[in-house]
Parts: sequence; structure tokens; C-alpha cells
Amino acid sequence: MLVLALDTATPASTAALVEVTADGLFGVAESRTVDPRAHGEKLAPEIAAVLAEAGARPRDLTAIVAGLGPGPFTGLRVGLATAASMGQALGIPVYGVCSLDALGRAAGPGRVLVATDARRREVYHATYADGVRESGPDVAKPADVTVDVERAAGEGALKYGDIFGVPVEEHLLHPPGAALVALAADRIRSAAPSEVLTPLYLRRPDAVEPAGRKPVLT
Amino acid sequence: MRDEPLVLGIETSCDETGIGIVRGHTLLADALASSVDQHARFGGVVPEVASRAHLEALVPTMQRALDEAGVTLADVDAIAVTSGPGLAGALLVGVAAAKGYALAAEKPVYGVNHLAAHVAVDTLEHGPLPEPAVAMLVSGGHSSLLLVDDLTAGVTPLGATIDDAAGEAFDKVARLLGLGFPGGPIIDRSARDGDPGSIAFPRGLTAPKDQAEHRFDFSFSGLKTAVARWVEARERAGEPVPVADVSASFQEAVCDVLTAKAIDACLSNGVRTLVIGGGVAANSRLRVLAEERAARHGIAVRVPRPQLCTDNGAMVAALGSHLVAAGVAPSRLDLPADSAMGLTSVSVPG
Ligand SMILES: [Zn+2]
Repeated sequence: MLVLALDTATPASTAALVEVTADGLFGVAESRTVDPRAHGEKLAPEIAAVLAEAGARPRDLTAIVAGLGPGPFTGLRVGLATAASMGQALGIPVYGVCSLDALGRAAGPGRVLVATDARRREVYHATYADGVRESGPDVAKPADVTVDVERAAGEGALKYGDIFGVPVEEHLLHPPGAALVALAADRIRSAAPSEVLTPLYLRRPDAVEPAGRKPVLT
Repeated sequence: MRDEPLVLGIETSCDETGIGIVRGHTLLADALASSVDQHARFGGVVPEVASRAHLEALVPTMQRALDEAGVTLADVDAIAVTSGPGLAGALLVGVAAAKGYALAAEKPVYGVNHLAAHVAVDTLEHGPLPEPAVAMLVSGGHSSLLLVDDLTAGVTPLGATIDDAAGEAFDKVARLLGLGFPGGPIIDRSARDGDPGSIAFPRGLTAPKDQAEHRFDFSFSGLKTAVARWVEARERAGEPVPVADVSASFQEAVCDVLTAKAIDACLSNGVRTLVIGGGVAANSRLRVLAEERAARHGIAVRVPRPQLCTDNGAMVAALGSHLVAAGVAPSRLDLPADSAMGLTSVSVPG
């Protein structure tokens, strides 16, 4: 079963094709561009590129897996709108997974902190034991994050490495396609119903209700 | 006619998620989801709230449009989407979705200009547009006068607001009169019981000295302040505010300036057709005054029905259909959302 994975929860736009079999999965093609303002421009050409690389057409896809974040809102929505629209057009299910979980799973054994950049000097973070989430996801200032781990992963961990004070897995800065698909493997194999892709915003929109009228006469 | 192109349009530039489907110049579906209620308590559109609502509304609105038209995405010949101008984050949801639909269904995608789409939608209702024409687009987001030489190739901006959009002025005045949001329909209703000549509010950029630089530009910020000063002076004097008279006089000032400049734009360009679009085009006084003044000069006024004047997907589909019919090349998959998109081309070149 050929599965498309998309993630735009970090400065990276990631499109990957993963083959899921009855007892395993393997990566077929992956494309990634790191540019925090270019998800909208980069993602679709990347999808076209991985399909071309695999010699596949969109109709060959069985399912789509999308990273739900948390991540900066504007970029995050690019991946989810793309996944939802493709799933609808192809009539195939779409599944959402926590983007931090993909990094946590890929980080493997031991206790790991995953942190990505939430801007405003904050990080989105979660902790993992042997790839399984123990706490989070949450958003906080780096200094307020409890670091009871051996290692850290994610571009936020690299950015605030001096605050966290644990070794950073520099090859694991953005959610990998194969890990995203692995998190949804059971749903893919059992052909679970398609899901509504609801972003993990973790923050409310900035909006203030207007106070009383400001006088113009002085 | 079956051989005319089936074009789908996606619009997410502000607070309306619109999906329209046309075959040639025949409207088959126009599905809309609005987040207007979520913005009401903020007195204006909150971009992040609008963007979140677009993402939620997209798939169900698409399904409604497809069902209404009785077609599937596989039947569609091209997908058009508003590339700009508009709210950056809101545009991006529509553009990403359009690319997803286009990629999956292996169809061409056209990134189009929102203002040109407001003009194109009129052809769904009134048939081919005589060119050149002048278009006046007035809404909460825009106040523009355009010279339309060729809807698929080039639209020339003649003038625009230098501060508030016309619809924004309606919103702000409605708020200071305590009438609610959005202001357009509320002021229109309130003005019916008022005397439009009772208060002489200023007409921005209409003085002789403005002719050289701002002949076709608008300014509504001074008008809004003048209304606020007038109301406040009344309140300070402990006198009741005649809400209907203020509404009517304010509305008259806006409509007077808009129609005078639109007719001037037609006359100075030798144009006999004026198209009015945007949410403010639904204003009853604007329609009457425009038709009255245009008739004196033999100018025909075309105003689409209100649902097609406000932002919608049909307008994007209509422009897309014109582009397909004219053989214009589609955009590429790296097509951006461009919040400040100019009118130099009506679609993003491929
Ligand atoms: Zn508009």
C-alpha cells in the first residue's frame, strides 16, 4: 500500500512516499525543503516530485498521513489543507498524527525530549520513553520545560540547546515521513475511516474585543 | 453545452469560504461557508480566526458544491483559486487546497486575482462584458476603480482608497452608532428612516485641488472621523443622536463620492459600461444613485445579484472559465498566495 506523508509543522515542508506491507514499512521517496515562509510554495511541487521519483500517480495512493502539529499556524495549515483536499479528490482516507510523535518515535530507545520552535521565544514540546509519548504536547518557554531526559530532538531543541543542556540528535530536526506513517500504520492496515484533520494549535487566536469608543474630541 | 469547460473556483481571501462551479458562463453551484459570526464581537475580521474557519469549512463546502452541480472532481477541466489580494493566512488555505485538488485529480490550476474575479462574476448573470468597461469594486476590503480592457489579460487600476475601504467605513460608523457588525446592511436599513440631506458630511478627495493626483481615488477616513465628532458633540451636549439621519447622511456621502467618481472614470475613458461589485454594491442607495447618474450619460450599469457581489467561489470559477476559454496558460504548482497581488496580470503566469 503506497502512502503519502505530509508535514509542515516545522520550518520544513516534507512530502514522503512510504510502502506499507502487512508486517512492515519502507520509505520509497522523500523530499524536504527548509524555509519557514515557503510551505505554501514548496509542498505541492515536492509531492509531484516524490510521485515522479516513484513512478507513481496520485490514484496509486492508498492513504494520506498528515502531521497535525503543533506548529506555527500558517505553515501547519498548508500541509493539512493539502492532505484533506487530496484525500477528498482521491476518495482515500486521511489520518492525522502528532508531528512531535514522529520525532519521538524516530529518536528510538531511552528518554527523549522533542522540542520544535513555537516562535515568540517558546517551544512546542513533549517527552518520550522508548518512542512513546509520556507528556505533552505543550507550549512553553524553554526555561520552563522539565528536562528529565537523556537526549533531545527537533529544531527547537537545537535552537535552545544551551538551555536544555542535553545532547541533541542533529539528524532529527523535522518529522520524518516514515515515522509519520508508522504512527498511523494500524489505521492504514485496517482501512480505518478517514479523519477530520484538526490542527493541534495549543494557542488561541490573538484577538481582543474592542473596548469602549475612543473619543475623537479632545 | 457539454463542450464548454467545467471550472471550479475556490475563494478564501477574507472570511468567506466559497466554492463555485461553472460550465462556460453558466453557474452550476455556489457553496459558501462564512465565519462572519465569529468576528462580530471583535468588530472586524480577525485573520487567524478566519484562517482556522477556512480549514474547517473547506472539505464540506467542496462536497456541497460538487453535489449541487452534480459533478465530481474528475469531471472538472480546471481549478481556479484566489491567489490575492487578501489576508495572507486565509489565502494560503485556499491555495494549498486548490493545489491538492489539482494534484490529486491531475488538473491544471489557475491562481487568479480577486478583484478581476469580482468583475468576471457579472458575466454569469449579464452575459459577455462589453470591453472596455469600468469596474467599481467596493467592499470591506477594497474600494477600487478599474479600467477593464480585456478580462483575461489586463485590468488597469484607475484609483483606489488611500485609507479605509468603503465597507470598513460602514463597519466603523455602525459600531460608533452602536448598531452592530457588519455595518453595510445595518446602515442601509437604518438610513431608510433618515434624511440624507440633514447633515453635511465631507466628501473626501473631491475638492478641485484633489483632481490632479487623486481624481479616481477615495478617502473615507475623514468622513468616519467627521461622523464620530458629530455624534460625540451631540452626546456631550446631552442631546439624543438621530441615528437614522446620521446613517442616511453618512451613506449619502459615501454613495455620492463613489458614483461621481465612477461616472467620471467612464466619461474620461469613453466607456459606456459600468460594473459594480463587492459587498457594498448591495447597498440600495448606491444602486439607485449609480443608475440615476449613469442614465444621464447613456452609461449602462451592471450589478450582479447580492450573493454574487460579496466574496464567493463562483466569481473565481467565472474568471477561471474566461482564462481557459482564452487559452491562457495555467499557473505552476509553486503558485504563491500573494496578499498584495497587483493587477498587472489577472492570473499568476505559468
Ligand atoms: Zn472581495
